[in-house]
Amino acid sequence: MINKKVANVTEAMKGVEDGMTLMLGGFGLCGIPENAINNLVKLNVKGLTCISNNAGVDDFGLGLLLHKRQIKKMISSYVGENDEFERQMLSGELDVELVPQGTLVERCKAAQSGFPAFFTPAGYGTEVAEGKEVREFNGKMYVLEEAFKADFAFVKAWKGDAAGNLIFKGTARNFNPAMCGAAKITVAEVEELVPVGSLDPNQIHIPGIFVQRIFEGKDYEKRIEQRTVISK
Amino acid sequence: MLDKTGIAKRIAKEVKDGYYVNLGIGIPTLVANYVRDDIEVEFQSENGVLGMGPFPFEGEEDADLINAGKQTITTLPGASFFDSSMSFSMIRGQHVDLTILGAMEVSEEGDIANWKIPGKMVKGMGGAMDLVASAENIIVAMMHTNKAGESKLLKKCSLPLTGVACVKKIVTNLAVIEVTSDGFKLLERAPGISVEDIRKATEGTLIVEGDIPEMEL
Repeated sequence: MINKKVANVTEAMKGVEDGMTLMLGGFGLCGIPENAINNLVKLNVKGLTCISNNAGVDDFGLGLLLHKRQIKKMISSYVGENDEFERQMLSGELDVELVPQGTLVERCKAAQSGFPAFFTPAGYGTEVAEGKEVREFNGKMYVLEEAFKADFAFVKAWKGDAAGNLIFKGTARNFNPAMCGAAKITVAEVEELVPVGSLDPNQIHIPGIFVQRIFEGKDYEKRIEQRTVISK
Repeated sequence: MLDKTGIAKRIAKEVKDGYYVNLGIGIPTLVANYVRDDIEVEFQSENGVLGMGPFPFEGEEDADLINAGKQTITTLPGASFFDSSMSFSMIRGQHVDLTILGAMEVSEEGDIANWKIPGKMVKGMGGAMDLVASAENIIVAMMHTNKAGESKLLKKCSLPLTGVACVKKIVTNLAVIEVTSDGFKLLERAPGISVEDIRKATEGTLIVEGDIPEMEL
């Protein structure tokens, strides 16, 4: 067993510097690496490029970094429900690359899998395709999209072990698996770090080879963005 | 004239037995409430769930279980979870039978715009560009006119596009319309709405053939 376990978030984030490109898992506030994000705020690293489907909300998730002007560029698919993000983008303070959601995850996955680029139909005929190569296959038009290059990937899983194996829960899985191994260093934070050998190999979603550092996270808030319920 | 619930009820009639359906944010989300209960349908949410159920009972909500609108949900027996890459394999690979989404504008050629108003509003396209580029069967749910009273069914979209030549059918508060190679073909009128009312609210070419029936809800 190759040991990936580090003591805490501080150790897990050694090497994070100003100007780096980071991948961060999560959809909305679901499955975001809360410990890593809070530590980025504490480290006060600046000039970051963040690849993340959303940018959190005003006072939680990546919204915390936006407020402190730590982010130079966001690469996301959807930024609605975050007023500060929209304000910084429209005023030009923040550089934003909006990417179709399926393309966003596949650009992570391409980096994980060793593909330099791929063709997708998404965005053909729109401003997303401007300046990109387009090609026809079987009578349909496709846009060439390139793999991301990132320094760190921060992902969050439900359970994991010191070998770096990960299991996700519910829809908190989302972008996290595709980001594992898609950056130079992948840091996984888990709600529960279990003894090696206790996870059933049949049930593992991400094998430890894609993870360089793993730690048990603390004080998960797991905030709900839209609490929709029906009364009993 | 229909309200948002009425639009959802009418679209629900387009959902057939055995369909896998992706519902967008807004009016489309309401469609799930009005699908006949004697047919088998599975709802896919692009953030990674197939077999989505209704909202949870109070106190049973789970932060790790949401839909694409970030609302807390439940799952039905037979449901599955997957990552975003597999979710878009379902969408891009045309395994989803029906896509229902909202729009700011639709052109008579089936182009759709729904993600950006330059200089004013940028929400992002989310999964909409992937959905409209690949789905065979796309229904747009929207109001016929915008808040300023201007038509949303146009000859050409004025806003940045989400996709080209992809919308097949539109259900609005006024009408059911099919997008054909000749323009917007009027299929049904909303209760209490005349063909003339629809013509006035439609900037693009409106094709009216024969008697136009009133919608059944």
